[in-house]
Amino acid sequence: MSYIQYFQIPEMNRRLLKVWLRNKDVFMKNVKLNFLPPFLEPILYLLAMGFGLGAFVDEINGVSYAQFIAPALIAVSVMYASFFECTYGSYVRMYYQKTFDAIIATPLIIEDVIAGELFWGATRSTINALVMTPVIAAFGLIDLKYALLIIPFAFLGGLLFACIGMCFTAMTPNIMALNYPALLFITPMFLFSGTFFPLEVLPEPIQYFALAFLPLTHIVRVIRTLAYGSLELSLLSDVIWILLATIIFYILSMNLMKKKLIV
Amino acid sequence: MVTIDPIIQAEGLVKRYSELIAVDGVSFYVEEGEMFGFLGPNGAGKTTTMKMIQCVSPKTSGKLEVFGMDASAHQREIKKYMGVVPQENNLDPDFTVYENLRNYSRYFDIPPIEADKRIEELLNFVQLRDKKDSMTESLSGGMKRRLVLARALLNNPRLIILDEPTVGLDPQARHLIWDKLRFLKKSGVTIVLTTHYLDEAEKLCDRLVVMDYGKIIVEGEPGQIIKDQIGSGVVEVDNHPEIVECLQKSGSSYEVMGDIIVIYTNDPTHITDQLSMECSLDKMITRKATLEDVFLKLTGRKLRE
Repeated sequence: MSYIQYFQIPEMNRRLLKVWLRNKDVFMKNVKLNFLPPFLEPILYLLAMGFGLGAFVDEINGVSYAQFIAPALIAVSVMYASFFECTYGSYVRMYYQKTFDAIIATPLIIEDVIAGELFWGATRSTINALVMTPVIAAFGLIDLKYALLIIPFAFLGGLLFACIGMCFTAMTPNIMALNYPALLFITPMFLFSGTFFPLEVLPEPIQYFALAFLPLTHIVRVIRTLAYGSLELSLLSDVIWILLATIIFYILSMNLMKKKLIV
Repeated sequence: MVTIDPIIQAEGLVKRYSELIAVDGVSFYVEEGEMFGFLGPNGAGKTTTMKMIQCVSPKTSGKLEVFGMDASAHQREIKKYMGVVPQENNLDPDFTVYENLRNYSRYFDIPPIEADKRIEELLNFVQLRDKKDSMTESLSGGMKRRLVLARALLNNPRLIILDEPTVGLDPQARHLIWDKLRFLKKSGVTIVLTTHYLDEAEKLCDRLVVMDYGKIIVEGEPGQIIKDQIGSGVVEVDNHPEIVECLQKSGSSYEVMGDIIVIYTNDPTHITDQLSMECSLDKMITRKATLEDVFLKLTGRKLRE
């Protein structure tokens, strides 16, 4: 078995937008309900952890605990939105609703469908960042200087998690088995990516491991720096890491899906 | 587009999965304006053949051209002029009837105003106008099937592929679908369908093939196939050893199917006379030969999974 077949450069066609539009239309049907979580969640987290738990924490690296975790909440939401959209969401559309089958009976091909799903996943992440950033800013926890950059960055970070999620969707034998990556990959990342305590607290090997293999680490670092109102050159390495990983997982997810669906 | 006869042409078409040969070197053609049927037991290779024609499943070898284009190289162009009614309804449960069609029209680049016009016409055509704003989940089986048919017609296709279009429908709903298909055929659309209902195939199809184990075992017009394989009539009698013996003596063509014997003939009167005189039999049924007789004769009575 050759590994090269998993790294064939996929065709990209503007028709992927039609799949994106289909998902957007469904999203807009329940728009109020869909906007509620990114609006409410940061408020609940900030109240409970930022101000509740935070009352017992002096400060971290010169900022209040609430200010420390606020950017991480956005990063976590970016991860959750696209990962779950492109695992459970895509799986339901693919397997239960047969939406993919219906679409490929038209001039669209499977590459268009998967690309549309991935970009839609990234869009969900962007929407979450778009709602959460002002909510958190209203608590006075974000420096507005570079805050707008968080939104386009959320798209890139979201795309990465969409692609990773799609790889699992392509490989999972059934929908229940998607609980494994959610539990073994996403949950540890939620806790150990410098989200609720600084990465530096962890033993050095684990820090390196997190930087090398946990994408959320980089996303937290970028969003946190931007939220603190600074734009450092060191962010470039995080962005490059995310870009490279996105390209690799985009190509991989596309080929895995083609292998699964074109029989 | 250049019109090329035939609409579909397959030569030595093969589809092999790792262990299984689903389609084993079939050759057939479908001409423009024809209603063409694929018959065969489960697992015969019908759906696989349909999927190759729809350009969603690549062939293993052989030749397959649709609208004169190679199916493996021109999938987007071919699919633009094709409508598909799949075996399983795959309507979008997140959308209403109207939204389903409207969303689908985008995939064919139909401009919004044109799409609304087409949707209005098609909802009238399949008699779903009152259901325009219902969610698809609330539709009956027959309504869902009609909506899938309407969806397959959005792009004014030259060719429609239907995989078991009337499965699970009540007689009224089946007749409605048949009416619509006849109407489409009259307006010049080429129709390819698979079905398990042999009366359906006999009524609708101009030509058909019977497939089994991935091969085409017979091809032709339904009436001609029946005449060639069976004869014009069938006589059914109860299964008794004496009658079998009697039939063997007279050299009739017959088959024992459980507790009845089916006798194939071009001259039913001759058979009934012979049976009542020579075999002292009085209970028998004479009827017209059907496609079902051909099907069972060719593919046997063994259950297929």
